[in-house]
Amino acid sequence: MQTSKTYKIPFLVLALILIICFIINISLGSVSIPLKSIFNSLFGTADNESWQYIIQNYRLPKAFTAILVGSGLGISGLLMQTLFRNPLAGPFVLGITSGASLGVALIIMGASIFGGFFATILISKWSIVIAASLGSFLVLLTVLIVSAKVRDTMAILIIGLMFGSITAAIVSVLSYFSSAEQLQQYIFWGFGSLGNLSWYELFIFFLIYCIGIILSVVSIKGLNTLLLGENYAKSLGLNIKQSRLIIIIATSLLAGTITAFAGPIAFIGLAIPHMTRQIFSTSNHKILLPAVFLFGAIVMLICDSIAQLPTSDYTLPINAITSLIGAPVVIWLLVRKRKMMF
Amino acid sequence: MSNTNKHIVLKTKDLSIGYKTKKAETVIADNINIELHKGEFIGLVGANGIGKSTLLRTLTNVQNSLSGSIYINNKLLSEFQPEDLAKAMSLVLTEQIASKNLSVFELVALGRQPYTNWIGNLSENDITIINRSLQQTNIEALKHKRCFELSDGQLQKVMIARALAQDTDLIILDEPTTHLDMYHKAYILKLLQKLAKETNKTILFSSHEIDLAIQLCDKMIVMTANNVVSDTPCNLISKGTFNTLFPKDLIAFDENTGSFRVKK
Repeated sequence: MQTSKTYKIPFLVLALILIICFIINISLGSVSIPLKSIFNSLFGTADNESWQYIIQNYRLPKAFTAILVGSGLGISGLLMQTLFRNPLAGPFVLGITSGASLGVALIIMGASIFGGFFATILISKWSIVIAASLGSFLVLLTVLIVSAKVRDTMAILIIGLMFGSITAAIVSVLSYFSSAEQLQQYIFWGFGSLGNLSWYELFIFFLIYCIGIILSVVSIKGLNTLLLGENYAKSLGLNIKQSRLIIIIATSLLAGTITAFAGPIAFIGLAIPHMTRQIFSTSNHKILLPAVFLFGAIVMLICDSIAQLPTSDYTLPINAITSLIGAPVVIWLLVRKRKMMF
Repeated sequence: MSNTNKHIVLKTKDLSIGYKTKKAETVIADNINIELHKGEFIGLVGANGIGKSTLLRTLTNVQNSLSGSIYINNKLLSEFQPEDLAKAMSLVLTEQIASKNLSVFELVALGRQPYTNWIGNLSENDITIINRSLQQTNIEALKHKRCFELSDGQLQKVMIARALAQDTDLIILDEPTTHLDMYHKAYILKLLQKLAKETNKTILFSSHEIDLAIQLCDKMIVMTANNVVSDTPCNLISKGTFNTLFPKDLIAFDENTGSFRVKK
């Protein structure tokens, strides 16, 4: 698919904004560090050791996490919106967050009810990551088995939503029986968090993220064909079942790892593809995919900078910020252009 | 007519179509023997619910036949790989396209998908073919318009251009004239007739515009409750096939004008 316009300038501008946002993001925090020292610490020649430590082991990983989370959620949202031909689809329609929440809920709150095995697990960050991954993986597996049998793509959408309801119900039952402290811990996980990732964790995150991105890039041609609808796509020689499988796996890898490491981050996956479509005014995925990548990363960095509450010691829950900042932007875009397109 | 030396693009042999469930087999039509040659313009007509769509779905491999065989370019339909079939047969369906945000050029360019590389880059040759398709359907002026800006008639031309860009010997259209006014019905069918002649492609369409089809088609396939007949419109009129098309209480076929009249 060729588009008549060239998109070099918007891409350059976006890349520039990304770099600026990145620098702003790492220069903000509870400890104020002058810009010059920040650059120095990036290249390991800082004059102040504790500043360098903060930058290298706290702010840099957090900024990279923001980039991975924003771009990953944006891209998986784009994949889902095209696959399900539904502008309301996001990365979580397949029940991935629900699965992750269930895993985490079982780890945090399961101990009081089931005792035994659950009580022996120490609630560390890794156990939460593993529980979230296992939970989303199990839901994904079920969705994949179902999607291999079901011919109708819309049925998969409904099945994903049903999984969401089931897990939400189980989580409410669990929370009914758990202590206030456990409940608070679970709710805190639900706020989402970009910080607290070590370089090693970030590396694992990045590896899985890369596989998801590669699968998304491979799907570009199929996604463009799907813009015509499944029957046309089939008449153009597209293997629907195979493409659908690759798209679902890519989304699950991206959304699943993001939820595991950063918690359920709302809104980004749904809104970023819409914002990008409005700005670039195209549906060509060869343009949209890199644009969503840049745009998602930018928005996430901005949200995180705001969550820092510059010059204060408090950090707001990132999950609230993404919706607070993002939702009005989408409303404004839609009112201005008066058309929801995908 | 000596069609024997002409290239046969689509042929069915004792084809039986219908639906199969675990318990029973519902036959909608059987004993279908049709032969479509290169460059022919063929209309498929029949009453509502007689099985036109089922026949088209079977011919386009959306649905399996109950028995018998279908040959495309002398090769069994069931032996085609999806990407090879996409190079032999293109479709224009009644369903709406999923995204109307595509520009006309982008949409027509999607017709080149079976020929492009893994990421869908268009070669010089692809672009030449796309522009030729736009010319042949008289929509060059719409090239940069978005699909949601188009009228139904324009959109239908774009979908035909897309099928042309797919560069197949056979183009099958499912009711291409629904939703169109009288002028555009005639316009689209006339355009298709011209395209069949100019490009030497075989064009098969289903339609309820029997009088237009009689005037424009090289050959017609008439589906009635009892059988499926294919012949030239003239022969079909003299055989009285059109009289068997509908129940006789309301309308009757007038052989002199080649159209249906309401009984008074």
